[in-house]
Amino acid sequence: MRPTRELSGWGRYPRRPGPVAAPRDAAEARAALSGGVVARGNGRAYGDSAMGAALTLETRRMDRMLAFDPERGQLVAEAGVLLGDVIDAFLPRGWFPFVTPGTKFVTLGGAIAADVHGKNHHREGGFGAFVDWVDLMGPDGQVTRASRETAPDLFAWTLGGMGLTGVILRAAIRLRPVETGWIRQTSIMAPDLAAAMAAFEAHDAATYSVAWIDCLARGPALGRSILMLGEHARRDELPVEQREHPFETPPRRRLTMPLDAPALALNRYAMRGFNALYWARGRRAPRETLVGWDGYFYPLDAVLGWNRIYGRRGFLQFQCVLPPDRAEQGLAALLGETARTGQGSFLAVLKRLGPGAGRFAFPMPGWTLALDFPAGPRSLALLDRLDAITLAHGGRFYLAKDARLAAATLHAADPRAARFRDMRRAAGLDTAFASAQSERLLL
Amino acid sequence: MTDPDPTPAPVLILGGRSEIGLAIARRFAADRHPVVLAARDAAGLEADRADIALRHGVEVRLAEYDALDLEALPGFVAAQQPPPGIVVSVVGLMGEQAESERDPQAAARVMRSNYEGPALALGLFAEVMAPRGKGAIVGVSSVAGDRGRASNYVYGSAKAGFTAFLSGLRNRLSDSGLRVVTVKPGFVATRMTEGMDLPARLTAAPAEVAEAVVRAVRGGPEVVYVRPIWGLVMRAIRGLPEPMFKRTRL
Ligand SMILES: Cc1cc2nc3c(=O)[nH]c(=O)nc-3n(C[C@H](O)[C@H](O)[C@H](O)COP(=O)(O)OP(=O)(O)OC[C@H]3O[C@@H](n4cnc5c(N)ncnc54)[C@H](O)[C@@H]3O)c2cc1C
Ligand SMILES: NC(=O)c1ccc[n+]([C@@H]2O[C@H](COP(=O)([O-])OP(=O)(O)OC[C@H]3O[C@@H](n4cnc5c(N)ncnc54)[C@H](OP(=O)(O)O)[C@@H]3O)[C@@H](O)[C@H]2O)c1
Repeated sequence: MRPTRELSGWGRYPRRPGPVAAPRDAAEARAALSGGVVARGNGRAYGDSAMGAALTLETRRMDRMLAFDPERGQLVAEAGVLLGDVIDAFLPRGWFPFVTPGTKFVTLGGAIAADVHGKNHHREGGFGAFVDWVDLMGPDGQVTRASRETAPDLFAWTLGGMGLTGVILRAAIRLRPVETGWIRQTSIMAPDLAAAMAAFEAHDAATYSVAWIDCLARGPALGRSILMLGEHARRDELPVEQREHPFETPPRRRLTMPLDAPALALNRYAMRGFNALYWARGRRAPRETLVGWDGYFYPLDAVLGWNRIYGRRGFLQFQCVLPPDRAEQGLAALLGETARTGQGSFLAVLKRLGPGAGRFAFPMPGWTLALDFPAGPRSLALLDRLDAITLAHGGRFYLAKDARLAAATLHAADPRAARFRDMRRAAGLDTAFASAQSERLLL
Repeated sequence: MTDPDPTPAPVLILGGRSEIGLAIARRFAADRHPVVLAARDAAGLEADRADIALRHGVEVRLAEYDALDLEALPGFVAAQQPPPGIVVSVVGLMGEQAESERDPQAAARVMRSNYEGPALALGLFAEVMAPRGKGAIVGVSSVAGDRGRASNYVYGSAKAGFTAFLSGLRNRLSDSGLRVVTVKPGFVATRMTEGMDLPARLTAAPAEVAEAVVRAVRGGPEVVYVRPIWGLVMRAIRGLPEPMFKRTRL
């Protein structure tokens, strides 16, 4: 009998108990394969993508770093290694991940399976672009080393394949040489959506760019935002006294959300307060500041367990990408609908994306918007309307954030979904690997 | 508690495959101690060796070691060059109590793996380390050795022997400058306890055992329970009068 535990994604919606296995190595992983399995990294996907249809294979115990080649900046590591551990080990030696999502608490396996994007996607691509190869365990327990040269199809389906092509055991990823642990950040105020989009385009050359949107602003102020640009600081750009220790950044205070916050904390006034605060802080900030890597890339990681702020019922994320020509109209409609409902959104994040690396990966050239809402019937109804707006503007949906999309909507938005499913059937992957999400979305 | 050594002493882990042993190795490596992982089939630990070396930028070696091979022991001790400054034994074997009751071979294996092997190895290392007047010997024993109980007295009695041996060694070497540490975990979430239904408040992570070891090596008390609450629990269990104790099923 396998141990069972309550499973959910980072949004804590949906939740349900399910059997888990936690192998330490390939042999134990092989022994656990039994149909309807999906790998789980660190559970930072928001919805049900890391909840196995029949069994969830936790990979956090397979967390060894195996080799590093400083010539190429290539790290070989097991899939359960956290990106934060990579930074801890390699930043002091002058290396940083090429691509990082907004939390460092993701595993390499999860970053590859979702082909995660950072604030540099429009210029440098997603996580998958910096993966040299993966060792993938298939239905029969056989391990295939897939790369752009060998088993290239399997490799391309695996980047962004949401764990549905097999279990990633090991991977070789590239790190970026950096001179310091500091980022030169520039904040730009944008009074409305058109100004925000124009500012992104005017600063196309910036390595990192992201905008926080005050998503309760309405009417002419719709899309009012702070655009934050960033560049890795060179050593000679640090104050003299810091140049001797260029990788040391001030330690951040850690807060932990001890209990499930009462749902009351969520009312729209609280949201308004939060957004206003962010707005005021951005206004005060000088034009260019030096920010430590942790504060720049991972502002939310300072509050461990912040997902509890939404209380026990959990919360829902919405993230789509819209193609460039339809984006402005589509974004206005999405933000307008959100503001109109007054559901608020703790976070509204706008970024630009370039082409994706994987065959079924989320990114495509365009604009991506992420919003979140307390779970509940009103939010679920709103998300259905946001889906319709996305579909009408030629957009598609990020499965790493999804907990409730309808299969018909996904398949209408993204013809690749059917090809992915057909490929899985033909290769016998569909019975071996399945998540609650893949069953819901008919993948 | 003192600061980490300026030149951190090499650490030898006997039983390097155990999750507790690996956690201890990682913890010392994080403070820049070079590490040797000694285990049966040591070559199988290559991934762990590489991991610790890469993460912490220290030298990590593997050594073949069988705690039950007493003939090989003196050679094994002599072969550790440079000599370790800190030796930790996490070797142990739980066995099946029911099997140990019926099968003397199985029971002897449990007794030898928890007592004879670890005690004699640490004893021999103490002989070569004491003259240097510094360093530490650490034995990971168990609360199970504090009082023999129906559910695991074969394992528990061997741990009791190990605990008593370490106590005597500490007593004898008290003036030598070599510390002798006894670590008594209660429940720890590892391979040994996998599938058991353990109370969360009483169950430590391997990293907590590692933290306790490092603290004790650097100057804390030399006999430590992991999760201090176990000290109270075991005091209560030891304090039960025999007529009452024998009717319990602990
Ligand atoms: C605060 C926060 C900020 C975020 N910001 C961003 C962002 O900026 N950009 C972005 O792209 N994403 C972002 N995300 C989403 C997150 O990066 C992804 O969901 C990522 O996949 C989570 O990794 P994980 O290790 O937690 O994987 P899980 O959440 O455990 O799993 C995610 C998917 O990966 C699969 N998977 C995991 N490990 C393996 C493996 N070894 N083999 C095969 N499949 C595997 C799972 O089956 C599942 O489908 C954010 C999430 C949070 C909580
Ligand atoms: N887990 C708990 O709840 C708990 C509680 C109290 C005390 N402890 C003690 O903590 C220590 C570590 O245990 P653990 O939980 O990490 O379990 P474990 O993984 O079973 O560790 C025991 C280790 O001892 C090694 N070993 C056994 N016989 C050996 C021999 N003859 N030669 C060399 N190595 C030998 C094993 O090596 P192989 O891998 O080669 O078999 C194994 O790595 C043990 O002493 C245990 O008694 C554990």
